Amino acid sequence: MSTFLTEETTQVTEAAVSTRLSSLDALESEAIHIIREVVAEFEKPALLFSGGKDSVVMLHLATKAFWPGKVPFPVLHVDTGHNFPEVIDFRDRTVDRLGLKLVVGSVQEFIDRGELTERADGTRNPLQTVPLLDAIQQNKFDAVFGGGRRDEDKARAKERILSLRDEFGQWDPRNQRPELWNLYNGRHTVGQHVRAFPISNWTELDIWRYIERENIELPGLYYAHDREVFARDGMWRAVGEVSQPLPHEEVITKTVRYRTVGDMSCTGAVESDAATVSDVVIEVAASTITERGATRADDRISEAAMEDRKKDGYF
Amino acid sequence: MTTEAVLPADLETALPTTLFRFATAGSVDDGKSTLVGRLLHDSKAILADTLDAVARTSSDRGFGGEKGGIDLALLTDGLRAEREQGITIDVAYRYFATDRRSFILADCPGHVQYTKNTVTGASTADAVVVLIDARKGVLEQTRRHLSVLQLLRVAHVIVAVNKIDLVDFSEAVFREIQADVQKVARELGIGSAELGTADHIDDLLVIPVSALDGDNVVDRSERTPWYDGPALLEVLETLPAADEIDTQLESFRFPVQLVIRPQGALAPDAVAAGLDVEAFRDYRAYAGQITEGSVKVGDKVSVLTPGQDPRTTTVAGIDFAGESLQEAFAPQSVAIRLADEFDVARGDTIAAAGTVREASADLYAALCWLSPKPLREGAKVLVKHGTRTVQALVRSVSGKLDLASFKLEGASSLELNDIGHAQLRLAAPLPLENYLHHRRTGAFLVIDPQDGNTLAAGLVKDHPGDHEDERYSI
Repeated sequence: MSTFLTEETTQVTEAAVSTRLSSLDALESEAIHIIREVVAEFEKPALLFSGGKDSVVMLHLATKAFWPGKVPFPVLHVDTGHNFPEVIDFRDRTVDRLGLKLVVGSVQEFIDRGELTERADGTRNPLQTVPLLDAIQQNKFDAVFGGGRRDEDKARAKERILSLRDEFGQWDPRNQRPELWNLYNGRHTVGQHVRAFPISNWTELDIWRYIERENIELPGLYYAHDREVFARDGMWRAVGEVSQPLPHEEVITKTVRYRTVGDMSCTGAVESDAATVSDVVIEVAASTITERGATRADDRISEAAMEDRKKDGYF
Repeated sequence: MTTEAVLPADLETALPTTLFRFATAGSVDDGKSTLVGRLLHDSKAILADTLDAVARTSSDRGFGGEKGGIDLALLTDGLRAEREQGITIDVAYRYFATDRRSFILADCPGHVQYTKNTVTGASTADAVVVLIDARKGVLEQTRRHLSVLQLLRVAHVIVAVNKIDLVDFSEAVFREIQADVQKVARELGIGSAELGTADHIDDLLVIPVSALDGDNVVDRSERTPWYDGPALLEVLETLPAADEIDTQLESFRFPVQLVIRPQGALAPDAVAAGLDVEAFRDYRAYAGQITEGSVKVGDKVSVLTPGQDPRTTTVAGIDFAGESLQEAFAPQSVAIRLADEFDVARGDTIAAAGTVREASADLYAALCWLSPKPLREGAKVLVKHGTRTVQALVRSVSGKLDLASFKLEGASSLELNDIGHAQLRLAAPLPLENYLHHRRTGAFLVIDPQDGNTLAAGLVKDHPGDHEDERYSI
């Protein structure tokens, strides 16, 4: 940046540098501080990694927090069995590249064993809670990092950065610990665990600006591509093995991208020509609809859909 | 490194924005959620689908009447119980941005656990907006809020006199409330200090607003011609942030979070990118977030380990994710290498040499009691300070704040929402600093060793003997 400056102004800039971080740097610094606190204070943390943009940013922050060392915890993926194949491929490549251990909790296995029942609407997002809690218990994880952001949803807006969960994985929104200064209290008793949300204070636009600045790779479906889709519930749904159009739903090819990457059976695409990360930054900045409202059928069920899932132990 | 310098406005037009954290505090029904909704709505932070959902719910519940509009409070009341009861239960965080700044807003409800919520929001805030209902004026709650903000040394306090439309935009009503607020502020010592001493709240601004209609929230209102000050958002956009004021004045403080010592286990992606494996075999750095001040390579620093004399060395390097920095400042997260191979661990503090006083096991503090479980003399608790947690014994409670007089009155216990003074004996000495001058290293948590819950927000005070006159002030 200093190349733009004349000699005369350099001094001014140096003074400014020593007083204030940009908002993106301040958010990055806060997130890294939280990640390091959790690693220092917990026995066995893990990071929820879906291949979605927020979890990819989380993992990127973790690599920066411990450089030049390895990320000192495994990643945990709750596989609905309805994932986009390119996302699973991206997940596996990322885990390989960083030399991480991958733990998978499988919704399909629970359904096969008869421990979970497929919902009438075919959506598997709400079914993730049981395999998630099972994986946490089996692996004795005492802290689980999530990429949840407070701007995503009104219930998330009230959640602490370190959020205590009871023996049943439940969140009690009316009984949360006060979170003061940058002193995080992660104390818990046997059976309890903590969900840690280091990027709580980031907005969708912050995430995209950071992905652009840090040149972070994402699964290709975040960028505009041609895809066979059909309209349902006011969204474009991809045609795939688990997402078939009904007879009256017409299949057409559209240029689309995804704003969130979840279960293929409930995640919709948006029409978009944003083929590069800088296109997406511009698109998100100009967007008039929230990412969950635009693309998540499961959050449209009721005003408190996220709160109800979270109370039961969801992400 | 990737730090984007913040340049004076005329140098570059596309500036990176900076972060500004503020909180709102108010009493029941003074329209705080509506004000927050108004700020979000008028700064265009609310997207169409959210607005549609709120409009639907507003009309379902018969909100609007003559305004025919939407219930802006629904934008922030996120929990089912909140919407059903029409009240705000817990601190909610909201985000919006203007060309100049990204804002993080902590919306702190005023009825139950009001001190807990206000302390939580104010502990990280650069500024706090206190709401007063123009029809009710200064209430006990207002006094409580202002005393908490003074105690926490929030840099800027803005008082929004809301519902000014309901008193017919009366200048007389506003002036009377303004005078009352200033009287309370004087009693508390708010606004009386020179700018930048961090001893007191620097300024106190009183603004007439109507959150419902938007007067003086984002834009200046024509309906208050007798008010010539700025609108609320203008103020929030231009106030200096707390770390902007602090970093220039404070000495370097760096609580060590953990030691980065990969030995053989280097990150495969870093190695693939060409990291010199041999050169990093004995790498050892101390990771943490700079809480105060700044540090340069070559600076003399002291390593403070509880129970040991400070050890002095120099900073050999400042690393951040593969980049070597010459200088770093609060609140950056970095990794620091030292010239001497000391044994340094989590819980130690690295500080500018010669700027810290001796560690102490005697802790004198102001406590904001946040738990329904009262504090009793003789209780065993945990104290979390920086990156260290130690056991502590509550030796005595020396008084609690009386809101009418703002003086300490005798007390031997503290209950929920009380603010009081206490003396604790720590199991290990800590590098405690007076909160007056150190908003980070002067702060601590009191934790219940049984269930792990946070009991109190603690602010370190000097030993009573050192400053006799401070004894009865908050």
